[in-house]
Amino acid sequence: MSIAEQEDAKDVAKQTAALVDHSTTHDFEDQRQYLTFLMQDEEYGVDILNVQEIRGWGNVSPIPNAPDYVSGVINLRGAIVPVIDLRVLFQLADANYDENTVVIVLKVSTERVNRIMGVVVDAVSDVFTLSSNDRQSPPSVNQSVSHEFIEGLTEVKGKMVILLDSERLLHLESNV
Amino acid sequence: MTKILAVDDSASMRQMVVFTLESAGYDVVEAVDGQQALDIAKNESFDLVLSDINMPVMNGIELVKQLRQLEAYKYTPILMLTTETSSDRKMAGKGAGATGWVVKPFNPDKLLATIKKVIS
Amino acid sequence: MSIDLSQFHAVFFEESFEGLELMEAALLDLDVGNPDSEQINAIFRAAHSIKGGSGTFGFVQVAEFTHILETLLDKVRDGEQAIDADGIELFLQSVDCLRGLLEALQSKQDPDMQRANELAGVFQAVLDGASYADSANLVKANSITGQLLAPEITESAADNVADDAATDDGISEEPSYGTSRQQVGFNIYFKPHVDMLKGGNDPVRMLRELATLGEIKTTVDSAELPLLEALVPDNCYLSWTIELLTSCKIDDVEEVFEWVEDECQLSITPILQDASALVSNQPQDQQNNPQASPSAALGQRLVMPSGPLPGLDDLLLPSPMVDSSTETVTDPVKDSVKAPVKDPVKTKATKVESSSIRVGIDKVDSLINLVGELVITQSMLGQMGSARDSITEEHIGNLREGLVQLEQNTRELQDSVMRIRMLPISFTFNRLPRMVRDISIQLGKKVQLEVSGESTELDKTVMEKISDPMVHLIRNALDHGIEMPAQRIAAGKPEMGTIVLKAFHQGGSIVIEMSDDGGGIDTERLLAKARKNGLVAESEQLTQEQKLELLFTPGLSTVEQVSDLSGRGVGMDVVRRNIQELNGSVEVSSEMGVGSAFRIRLPLTLAILDGQLVTVADQTYIFPLVSISESLQIDGAKVNNLAGGSDVYSLRDEYIPILRLDRLFSLREENGVLDGSLLVVVESEGQKIGVVVDELLAQQQVVIKSLEENYTRVVGVSGATILGDGTVAMIVDPIGLSSLAGNDIAAAKQMTDAAA
Repeated sequence: MSIAEQEDAKDVAKQTAALVDHSTTHDFEDQRQYLTFLMQDEEYGVDILNVQEIRGWGNVSPIPNAPDYVSGVINLRGAIVPVIDLRVLFQLADANYDENTVVIVLKVSTERVNRIMGVVVDAVSDVFTLSSNDRQSPPSVNQSVSHEFIEGLTEVKGKMVILLDSERLLHLESNV
Repeated sequence: MTKILAVDDSASMRQMVVFTLESAGYDVVEAVDGQQALDIAKNESFDLVLSDINMPVMNGIELVKQLRQLEAYKYTPILMLTTETSSDRKMAGKGAGATGWVVKPFNPDKLLATIKKVIS
Repeated sequence: MSIDLSQFHAVFFEESFEGLELMEAALLDLDVGNPDSEQINAIFRAAHSIKGGSGTFGFVQVAEFTHILETLLDKVRDGEQAIDADGIELFLQSVDCLRGLLEALQSKQDPDMQRANELAGVFQAVLDGASYADSANLVKANSITGQLLAPEITESAADNVADDAATDDGISEEPSYGTSRQQVGFNIYFKPHVDMLKGGNDPVRMLRELATLGEIKTTVDSAELPLLEALVPDNCYLSWTIELLTSCKIDDVEEVFEWVEDECQLSITPILQDASALVSNQPQDQQNNPQASPSAALGQRLVMPSGPLPGLDDLLLPSPMVDSSTETVTDPVKDSVKAPVKDPVKTKATKVESSSIRVGIDKVDSLINLVGELVITQSMLGQMGSARDSITEEHIGNLREGLVQLEQNTRELQDSVMRIRMLPISFTFNRLPRMVRDISIQLGKKVQLEVSGESTELDKTVMEKISDPMVHLIRNALDHGIEMPAQRIAAGKPEMGTIVLKAFHQGGSIVIEMSDDGGGIDTERLLAKARKNGLVAESEQLTQEQKLELLFTPGLSTVEQVSDLSGRGVGMDVVRRNIQELNGSVEVSSEMGVGSAFRIRLPLTLAILDGQLVTVADQTYIFPLVSISESLQIDGAKVNNLAGGSDVYSLRDEYIPILRLDRLFSLREENGVLDGSLLVVVESEGQKIGVVVDELLAQQQVVIKSLEENYTRVVGVSGATILGDGTVAMIVDPIGLSSLAGNDIAAAKQMTDAAA
């Protein structure tokens, strides 16, 4: 190996070592995978552990006297599952229903919330892994409706992703 | 495998006895009254019969009498499960041909110890 | 090995409660003059089982109480002890008491033994020779001194313990030959009777057991053995002399021969040796033996308190609250021994609602068969569906046939599965005879309960929920329906009032009819009260049916003195609501002086509803068939548009509001013309409302699914179902609709009143 190559190798070794160092100081449990989706050109993400499945939009039966963001209920293999239109809930301008419109079926099982619910979004994007370090708290200035559901912010491939708290989304008692 | 016939009209007692005996490695068949026990005994052979006394349809005393008339059960150890009130029933059991008795309430260990006495 | 006995507790509790119900039923049924021995046996066995189980599973207090109960019952069944009405009353109270104790234990609480101890005292007195009535009174008088008993008893108990301790040191209790000699073992002579072997007892077993106690030396005596020809193998001709060296007590040795005491000659003599030859480890057995002479303790027991004894009225037992209009009951047993009438509703509430169900094997087998048939049909259809490239007419025909078969299989399977949840209504009816008896005694009335159709089956949950309403209806009949004996005789009726309870299947429902031959419902009084409360206008005339309907209006209680039993809190409106929540209905009919009758109709199951499918604004909705009174085509001429936006329809002699689901449910506005449209007339809580629908579809059974599982409660909707095409349809709740359309309904009522 030439001197230059040796230096390169050392650099790579150092970087790798730093990476290893970096990752071993992390709590591995703090890494979470997120499913991202699009609404009105903004990227949002939910913890993939809460995602049960993804369906196309269709066959939704309206619920009497429900808030406008509650689209209705669907038949999910025999279970009656309500569907919420996130675009309406977040008061985003357009809520179209076309071939790309998707319903993400979320499932939350905690002490406070234990249910399945679908959320309507424009389209599904990707899955990525996130560790707690990469997550920033949302700015407290933002007073939008969606604010209470935001768990944090992050950046993926140069784009900002708004992370949503599924448990709060599905906690109907506070929003219905 | 040692085979035991356990007879009692109380489901909880039967459950407890069966569980205890099976945990100790015995093969157990249950019956809810004397008549059922007799029918079962005629079709299968047992090394020991454990029976409550007070049961509907056919009580334990009658069961013992009937069993002793069967060739296969002439000398089979038969133990009556009896409470202390019925001390004269204890003797009635013996009079009918029972081998001995186990006094209720009994704990599982006592039951097993007594059974070991009669089954070699 | 240590086995956790708590795993058997649940079964023990369940079977004990069943046993108690059996005891109660048998006691109620017992003819005091000529008691049926089989019934008495059954009562004994039930108590015996509970005693055995409670002892085995560690519920010592229950075992002790049941022990004395069982002892007395044993004597009754042997004929040594008589039984009379007072005795039956006491036994019934014991059943109540036991139920309470077991319920407490089941909820892992400490049972309150006060009542049990009192009853035990009564039974002990009876065993000692007193009559049931006298014993009850005796215990009443002594229970005041109850506090005085305690200290004495614990003292003598402590003495006994001290006594035991003195002797419990492994040294034989045999008369001591002075302190210089020590027991080292026993000489045992054991000669079985000739036929001892016939009981299955084996001398070898006993010898082996002795060997576990210490060192044995055995000598067998075969002198009586006959010659081979005369030898009967079953007979025992041998005897043994055994020398056993052991430190065990004589009790342990005797125990080895316990079973054959009567079938042998047995002598056990201790072997003693000079103590000087042994190391003495004899503890002092001269502990202070206080003179715990029983008589002294007894003497103290009989000391009465210095003050005057409180009268019978101030007894520990709370006296039952009696309606001032009833006659004073002079029966001493009832007065002194009567416990407050236990509210079966309350006891049910504290009992854990069971989440398991017993299913007969026959139902399970039928289910297995049907599933088998379903599998066959499925594979047949599967075969048809695959393989062939070209589909012919014949194939389609076969496919159709297969689908018909599938429908039949599914339907049969559904029926069979539903039946698993079905239990005979006797489970609910069972507690009623006792209740009728207790309450009628309390009220001083004579009432008998006739029950039929107890084996009619219905869904377990429906049955649990109909129990309270039924209890309430029967209490009403006892309280307000059946008159006092004197009144009845004056009216030319038999002194004994009768309540008839009938259950039977009709169509896809179960019908429960409850009728009494009492005084009937005073509709005029109801009307007067309703007028007084402003519910009915002075000028308004009501039909007999409408007057009876007033019964179900909240707040109308016509009883002047509110007795403790009914008329407070729970009203007939709640009864009706409870029944409607079960998708059922209740009707009443009555005739003054003759009696009243209630007819409850319930679906056989809660999970399935007979529904009428309708479409409104392109959505399918389902109305419970029981709620629909009629459907008609709107005649525009009969429609009135009122100021305020309500529309009403003239339906014979009344005006009913015309409701539009799209408006009530905030759906897409549909302003269709009313004339010619379909109107479904729905009845809820005596109120008729008309709902406009686009189309009437089929009537079918639908499976009710809850909206609340993943969403919340929605007013106007009682649930949802999944239709054949997979879409979700809402099941309309008529009561909810009424609350949504309050204004319209009020407006319609005004119209009706104005026109009358």
